[in-house]
Amino acid sequence: MLKIENLHARIGGKEILKGLSLQVKAGEVHAIMGPNGAGKSTLGNVLAGRPGYEVTEGTVTFDGANLLGMEPEARAAAGVFLAFQYPVEIPGVNNTYFLRAALNAQRKARGEAELDSVEFLKLVRAKVKDMGMTPELLNRAVNEGFSGGEKKRNEVFQMALLEPRLAILDETDSGLDIDALKQVAAGVNALRSPDRGFLVITHYQRLLDYIVPDFVHVLADGTIVESGDARLARELEAHGYAWVRERRPAEADA
Amino acid sequence: MMATQPDELQAALSRRYDAGFVTDIEAFSLPPGLDEDTIHALSALKEEPEWMTDWRLQAYRRWLKMAPPAWAHLKLAPIDFQAISYYSAPKNRPKSLDEVDPKLLEAYDKLGVPLHERARLAGVAVDAVFDSVSVANTARDQLAKVGVIFCSMSEAIREHGDLVREYLGSVVPQGDNYFAALNSAVFSDGSFVFIPEGVRCPMELSTYFRINAGHTGQFERTLIIAEAGSMVSYLEGCTAPMRDDNQLHAAVVELVALERANIKYSTVQNWYPGDENGKGGIYNFVTKRGECRGDDSRISWTQVETGSAITWKYPSCVLRGDRSVGEFHSVALTHHHQQADTGTKMVHIGRDTKSKIVSKGISAGRSQNSYRGLVKVGKDAVNARNHTRCDSILIGKQCGSHTFPYVEVKNPTAIVEHEASTSKISDDQLFYCRSRGIGEEDAVSMIVDGFCKQVFRELPMEFAVEAKKLLEVSLEGAIG
Repeated sequence: MLKIENLHARIGGKEILKGLSLQVKAGEVHAIMGPNGAGKSTLGNVLAGRPGYEVTEGTVTFDGANLLGMEPEARAAAGVFLAFQYPVEIPGVNNTYFLRAALNAQRKARGEAELDSVEFLKLVRAKVKDMGMTPELLNRAVNEGFSGGEKKRNEVFQMALLEPRLAILDETDSGLDIDALKQVAAGVNALRSPDRGFLVITHYQRLLDYIVPDFVHVLADGTIVESGDARLARELEAHGYAWVRERRPAEADA
Repeated sequence: MMATQPDELQAALSRRYDAGFVTDIEAFSLPPGLDEDTIHALSALKEEPEWMTDWRLQAYRRWLKMAPPAWAHLKLAPIDFQAISYYSAPKNRPKSLDEVDPKLLEAYDKLGVPLHERARLAGVAVDAVFDSVSVANTARDQLAKVGVIFCSMSEAIREHGDLVREYLGSVVPQGDNYFAALNSAVFSDGSFVFIPEGVRCPMELSTYFRINAGHTGQFERTLIIAEAGSMVSYLEGCTAPMRDDNQLHAAVVELVALERANIKYSTVQNWYPGDENGKGGIYNFVTKRGECRGDDSRISWTQVETGSAITWKYPSCVLRGDRSVGEFHSVALTHHHQQADTGTKMVHIGRDTKSKIVSKGISAGRSQNSYRGLVKVGKDAVNARNHTRCDSILIGKQCGSHTFPYVEVKNPTAIVEHEASTSKISDDQLFYCRSRGIGEEDAVSMIVDGFCKQVFRELPMEFAVEAKKLLEVSLEGAIG
């Protein structure tokens, strides 16, 4: 579903991604790990189309279409969702209103009928129940005055409602205590399905205890230096990122 | 990577002004120019009593001695007052709605202000002012049953002379300022509202002002009197055709609230703002003031301003009665080359008086948007309270937003609070919306709408919807 080949990207003239290649198939959960500054968040932002990032080389296709040529809103309509590391506050805009505008904009772009407020409310109520969301959060302004944990849960809630085909979670675990982490992970696990792919970006192995990935990739200095299954994450946890760096020249020789 | 193509940008920047049509209707206009003869002619045309003519002449003589204000944060070429026609009216003056020229009715239909009997289901009584005169006034019989007078100012001068004489100029004196003096000399028409003691006005009252003729000034005068224990909600809407030259609009609005009376005055102002190069547009120089004359009275101004090339306007409250309350809620949006210098004055005179100011300024393009507010607490205003909240939002890098708060406190028990913020629509907010599937322009409207929520809540329902749409249209092409 997602195919990244030799992706080079920079921001502010500085090259961050240096030839990254990766494939995600429907139903797979891929974890991207790596030290700070490796380019993890850049990858998420480039895929979602955040302005300011310049792709200098390489291709990204989503279901065969050139993802890099699409506006952010078109990518969303195509089914790409980015759960933000730092969700943004929009004062005065009601959360439910925002979600309905988003869902209907996507549906319209896909040529589907828009939901009226009754249908939408029904859907929201069902999702609130599924996700164990505090219904009160829906009546507040988008992320305004939310705690760190509430913001992250709201991201997962949005994801549940928008039902993307590819969900990118950018350090969704950062700043969460263990209870909030478990809730967020449970929300994500509930959304795992054979036709949905996940890209879980994280600094710590901890999250992967709860969201068990099919593949783990280590990103260092703008490129994937090692790939494996869930065990790789545990080894990383035991040895630290320095271990990968030490092994890298050896592999290159092999 | 996501840079908008220059062509798209240009296309998006050509902003729509839906109300910019001209109605081809036979009009009678006074030739341009202003002297005492003009005033005599104007007064005669309107069949005014002598006291009115004298009042106008007195104002004119004052005006001659005054100089235009220079303190506002506005760039403005001198106005040639001799090039303006001070009176323009459709030739066939109707006596009732049935006689109104169909073209006029059509013009108001286009604006979304239907005047026909059948369309008047919304519970709103409408007075429509076309250039200098009031052309239609709906629902007046229904209002008369409860003793409410809602008619054109010209008619009030003829039919309710005593009331007009008592109150006209009692809130905004002739010599108050340059444009108020001019208006007092040459005002053509406007609305007059009288709510008798204890009456809650059974419907929203609304006046729709439209400038149609070219080279004409519109100088309307509105006077609202709410007697003890009465209540009224009044709405005002404004539009004008697109023209290359600037047109002058210098209105005066006076509100008088006696004991326990409550006046709510809402404005959606959409005068033609000029084109994207700053050519044309209305100069909107308006004096609006309400006096809480009686104890426990209340006056609330709510305005949504998106139009005019230049706006100079400070709806104010004089809180004379004890425990009286004044409120000002404002959204002012400027785009392209528009300039707005707007705000309010709250003058606390009585004891335990309260005022609240909420101002939201939105600047886009190369526009300049200033908030100017005065909170004045007199020496006898024991326990006066004011809270001011003043937020501005900038869209793009070439616009400006300015805040000029003035506070004068002469009583030590007063509490005056001021909060202010300036922010940009952040790239993060925009990207967040877009990454959820919401297009760029919709995202901007949504963010701006959220920003204005506090003020929109104060508007009557239908107006709130209109105001929201107006902002959306006005913001088209603001991002690039």
